[in-house]
Amino acid sequence: MVAEAKKNQEKIFEKHRKFCKVNEIVEKYKYEKQNLIAILQEVQTEYRYLPEEIMTYIATMMDISPAAVYGVATFYSQFSLDPKGKYEIKVCDGTACHVRGSMPVYNAIREKVGLQEGKFTTDDLQFTVETVRCLGACALAPVVVINGKVYSKMTADAVKIIVDELLKRSENDN
Amino acid sequence: MSNTMESKVEQKLQVDSREITFTDEKNLLEVIRKAGIEVPTFCYRPNLSTYGACRMCVVEIDGMGVQTSCTVKPQAGMKVSVNTEKTRKIRKMTVELLLAAHDRDCTICAKSENCDLQSLAKKLGVRDVRFPSKYGPGEHHVDIDNDNPSVVRDPGKCILCGACVRVCREIQGTECLSFVNRGSDAEVMPAYNKGLDEVDCTYCGQCTAVCPTGALRIKSDVEKVWNRIMDPKKKVVVQIAPAVRVAAGEAFGLPLGTNTLGLITASLRKIGFDAVFDTSFSADLTIMEEGTELIERLKTGENLPLFTSCCPAWVRFLEQRHPEFLKNLSSCKSPQQMFGSVAKKVLIEEFNVNKPEEEQIKKEDIVIVSIMPCTAKKAECGKEEFITDGQQDVDFVLTTQELIRMINEAGVDFKHIEPEHLDSPFAIFTGAGVIFGSTGGVAEAALRTAYEIITGKKIENVAITEARGLNTVKELTINIDGQDVKVAIVNTLSQASALLERVKKGEAEYHMVEIMACPGGCLGGAGQPPSYKDREIKEKRMKGLYDSDVNNPLHKSHDNPEIIRLYDKWLEKPSSHIAHELLHTHYKNRKRILGEIINLSSAAEGEKVTDVQVCVGNNCLAKGSYGAIDALTKLIKENGLENNVNIRATFCMEACSKGPSVVIDEEHIDGVTPEKIKAIFKEKILSKYAKS
Repeated sequence: MVAEAKKNQEKIFEKHRKFCKVNEIVEKYKYEKQNLIAILQEVQTEYRYLPEEIMTYIATMMDISPAAVYGVATFYSQFSLDPKGKYEIKVCDGTACHVRGSMPVYNAIREKVGLQEGKFTTDDLQFTVETVRCLGACALAPVVVINGKVYSKMTADAVKIIVDELLKRSENDN
Repeated sequence: MSNTMESKVEQKLQVDSREITFTDEKNLLEVIRKAGIEVPTFCYRPNLSTYGACRMCVVEIDGMGVQTSCTVKPQAGMKVSVNTEKTRKIRKMTVELLLAAHDRDCTICAKSENCDLQSLAKKLGVRDVRFPSKYGPGEHHVDIDNDNPSVVRDPGKCILCGACVRVCREIQGTECLSFVNRGSDAEVMPAYNKGLDEVDCTYCGQCTAVCPTGALRIKSDVEKVWNRIMDPKKKVVVQIAPAVRVAAGEAFGLPLGTNTLGLITASLRKIGFDAVFDTSFSADLTIMEEGTELIERLKTGENLPLFTSCCPAWVRFLEQRHPEFLKNLSSCKSPQQMFGSVAKKVLIEEFNVNKPEEEQIKKEDIVIVSIMPCTAKKAECGKEEFITDGQQDVDFVLTTQELIRMINEAGVDFKHIEPEHLDSPFAIFTGAGVIFGSTGGVAEAALRTAYEIITGKKIENVAITEARGLNTVKELTINIDGQDVKVAIVNTLSQASALLERVKKGEAEYHMVEIMACPGGCLGGAGQPPSYKDREIKEKRMKGLYDSDVNNPLHKSHDNPEIIRLYDKWLEKPSSHIAHELLHTHYKNRKRILGEIINLSSAAEGEKVTDVQVCVGNNCLAKGSYGAIDALTKLIKENGLENNVNIRATFCMEACSKGPSVVIDEEHIDGVTPEKIKAIFKEKILSKYAKS
């Protein structure tokens, strides 16, 4: 099971690996240390997560220590050190969303995509489901963001329909 | 520092209603301590940047409320109270919270009695922890790193004071440790939570020296050594490094810097070691070889500057980070390793002379133990270069702290034991060998010998004062036979890095550079009793070493009669074939981070696949491996071989001097510049797919 998941992961993410891109990004920021966060952000956009080897590579290019890069990457929750799913679902659990029932929405999504306890990404790397703090759209609470698209005033039932839609699309793609 | 020309302005402030004068102290904590009032702290280290993390040094200041005194600049007229109800409560609460999250197996902890958390909990009268404990009895952190030879990292005992992170970054410039994660998940660890043996740690151990608890501690070999001592078949031989003798006494209440060689020798015999020697002797031997090397390089002008090679942390640093300078490193083994080689070859034969066969010692029964001020020596003795016929030349390394532990375990009354002499042969050492334990000592000893050998004249005053003192960088020029020999003496690896940079840019030119990784040299080694709190400790140890030189009738290594005899009988002359075999070594480029290969493109399965790996290590990157990847990708596309060629990026292939390196189907090709790539592509790849 684990081996299979790993193979899947490699297949999917092979497409995204453009190593030359890292060079471009670091060059664009002129190798400057104060730009590390911006560089990591762009690299993550490219790879969708920060692989260990790439962090070492960036550190070497910029003449800083890999430990320091790792420290920065683990400090900010925006950086992911594990591969993310094809669909990144963020459920806002800020105060406003929470009191208007974000947790039932979150649990409904998890159940729908079949996430096991303690996991945030499905084994087939299709879905990553996470909670985030206030997205600043409290008037629309509860808010769910899927790959950058905002879905407002969500309920457990409504979100199930949306996820169903994604599951269908996902099947057609493969 | 900036206004040394002006006289310091004296100002006054009040601490606990006492008037206190201050001048340019960098923070309030220093002012309060100067007044003889104690302020507790975990994270403040005078020689490191101020971090303000532990909140133990809190004071109340009129008009400013509760402040951490380490981060407040002293101002005239301030009214400061150290012990108030508020500050006492804050400190006790802080300690209680730390203890709740701490692996509290204090009775069996290696840092017991030397732990700041333990002693402050006692001092502040913390008798109860009101919060649930993170670790139950016998429970430990899941990630104890015990796999490297020198340092144990135990996150369950970390209080996040950041002293290790700062010493590794600011003093050593190595930056192997970093704060990782955030808030209650924060931990200190190497990159990617790898073991210290998988990252570019030099094993200098300074992190263990500044760690206030047992979170970073020296890996102990005491039990292994006891086992050998208790084995009647084994002949256990021990060598004592120069710096150990001026520090061991600190643990037994002797005055700072007392030379305790005789006491250590007697104690080691009491413990059960069979023969006791002094590494100062093999330091003399090092000078003979390294001095000869220096003279040779001065003559030919090749591979200058000559870098000393006694310090294993420095050697590992260079192997991992600056392989382009490996040719400058002296090929001499360190004194510890020279002793090991000589002991297992020569000493054993001298022991066996005129002995009946049943009393003769077999090679497999001799055990060489070193007592060192150093944690990196533990890693050095296990290097594959120092294994002869499957046996380590030096079997075990104990630090000064472990020596103290063994003395205590054996119940030896160190202070009152009758001092004893070293064993023969090799019982004679010179002052030149002893000053090896201090920054500047190796250079001074080498210059004494090089000068006399080159000029043939005797030096009257042997002291080279410019080489002495605790400064991190010293420079001196000595005229030897009409040639100005320029020498630099450096301690700490951050300064070593800066010097390499200057040499690379051509801003500095030297003939010889002595480098020691620890502040102050070996006398400030991480294996010594802690010395970071007080500069005076290092100054006194240093004085102890130079006094030992003064009191020794011999000051030059080449005057040592035992060394002369060793060459006459066994080694012919310095730099002879046999001397090279026994006393010299070689170096190699080592990977900084042990990592995986990165796929750049991926050939389709089932096709005839050529595997291409391009090194993107530091050196190859600088020499244009990125250009090579780019050119190669284009060529593959042009020729429609996307499905046949698998390009992968790898990290250092350990051939930096010849980079950029490429491996095509396991064939290693060096010097692959973008200009050459076309020809290589044609010959090695395209030819395979040419339509026949």
